Amino acid sequence: MKYNSVFDIIGPVMIGPSSSHTAGAARIGLAARTLFGKQPKWAKIHLYESFAKTYKGHGTDFALAGGLLGFATDDSRMNNALNLANEKGLQIEFIEDSASSNHPNTARLIVGDDNEKLELVGISIGGGKVEITELNGFDLRLSGNHPAILIMHNDRFGAIASVTKILAKYQINIGHMEVNRKDVGKEALMVIEVDQNIDDTILRELQEADHINRITKIVS
Amino acid sequence: MLFRTVSELVEIAEKDGISISEVMIRQEIDVKEKTRKELYDEMEKNLQVMESAISDSLKGVQSVTGLTGGDAVLIQNYMEQKTPLSGNLLLDAVSKAMGTNEVNAAMGTICATPTAGSAGCVPGTLFAVKNQLNPTREQMIRYLFTAGAFGLVVANNAFISGAAGGCQAEVGSAGAMAAAAIVEMAGGTPQQSAEAFAITLKNMLGLVCDPVAGLVEVPCVKRNALGSSQAIVSADLALAGVTSRIPCDEVIGAMYRIGKQMPSALRETGEGGLADTPTGRLLKEKIFGMSV
Repeated sequence: MKYNSVFDIIGPVMIGPSSSHTAGAARIGLAARTLFGKQPKWAKIHLYESFAKTYKGHGTDFALAGGLLGFATDDSRMNNALNLANEKGLQIEFIEDSASSNHPNTARLIVGDDNEKLELVGISIGGGKVEITELNGFDLRLSGNHPAILIMHNDRFGAIASVTKILAKYQINIGHMEVNRKDVGKEALMVIEVDQNIDDTILRELQEADHINRITKIVS
Repeated sequence: MLFRTVSELVEIAEKDGISISEVMIRQEIDVKEKTRKELYDEMEKNLQVMESAISDSLKGVQSVTGLTGGDAVLIQNYMEQKTPLSGNLLLDAVSKAMGTNEVNAAMGTICATPTAGSAGCVPGTLFAVKNQLNPTREQMIRYLFTAGAFGLVVANNAFISGAAGGCQAEVGSAGAMAAAAIVEMAGGTPQQSAEAFAITLKNMLGLVCDPVAGLVEVPCVKRNALGSSQAIVSADLALAGVTSRIPCDEVIGAMYRIGKQMPSALRETGEGGLADTPTGRLLKEKIFGMSV
């Protein structure tokens, strides 16, 4: 089920005017910031369909900026986020993309700094709820209903086992897991939704496991 | 057992002899591993946001574009000076529903129920029927759990956003959720809540999302007048014993199929319907300074 909490329906508390186009957009921006691990220096944001046609009127632009700055949906600085992004050295470019997308409210965010970049596709499915459907070219289905860890790793024997062994040792239960790779033996992504939050000691141990490149945690 | 449909929701309530709000609360405790007190506290916060949005609107607000704002005050003044034909309670709900959405359009703080564009229906009706039913604070919180339980079913089986399914999915769902919650607060049965929900949503089927200039202002603010008034009328019908010939879950299924058949011009792109009238186009040009 896409929605599993009464507070997905009665909530979120937010700054208007649109839950899909403002609150949802802010959450997509925030997901990009979380996954990037710090505030990016620049962002190229492609908007599709309803997002592309109405982003100015709905404040989708300032909401995405607010998310990238780390604001929650009810942050009172939200409608000033474009100016604040400028002040904080975050350059944002919006592109109204006419390509078709699977969902009417879709945004593709490419964020980065001098050294690295990250590309993410998020959809805003209604009432402020979002799903991340693509990360660095990997398809994924991240609901945000549960805490999750995203692990970039190399497609090698034992990479998955080394991760699940550590989770088992700390009695962490896996609710949903998917593995994606670009090609045999190349870069791969593990997405693991778990029932409990993962603390930093476990993350450090995972980071040091064989064939693991990078780990990000998402708290639901 | 988790409920997926309205019939399952009603069945659980009847089997355990509890209200819809209680089914929702118990499921939330189960799924989210929270205590009852934590849930009440969280919902109380939402309730306070709703209350302050309404009181802000009654002081008068204006959106940045000047398209909306001030109507809630006009209606309240009218109610003080004249006897409204539609009745005080109904018009009070309408003014509070529209007021909430005026605050939303003015980029104030609101609680999405289920969305921001439709955020007026549930609180507008709640704070209007409150004056007649004199609920406890707990009953007011339960009102939101009941509305949320029905909203969850719609969100998981159809949609709640205008971009996905048109205004029927937003104000349609919001009005129907409010109707179900009114019935419970007024002492109706779980099945009567389902009837009120079905009757409201049936009357909203086909409603398109055609915001002028793509803004959540015209016609969204007044669509909340529709959602809140239809909710009260449907609640009264259900409490009177009127039933829906088409079962609630089938109405939700119909809403879903209609939304799927709706062209994208009528799903929150600001391209069709009222947005595409001469005045709608003119307003867009004025606001964004570009021709369309």
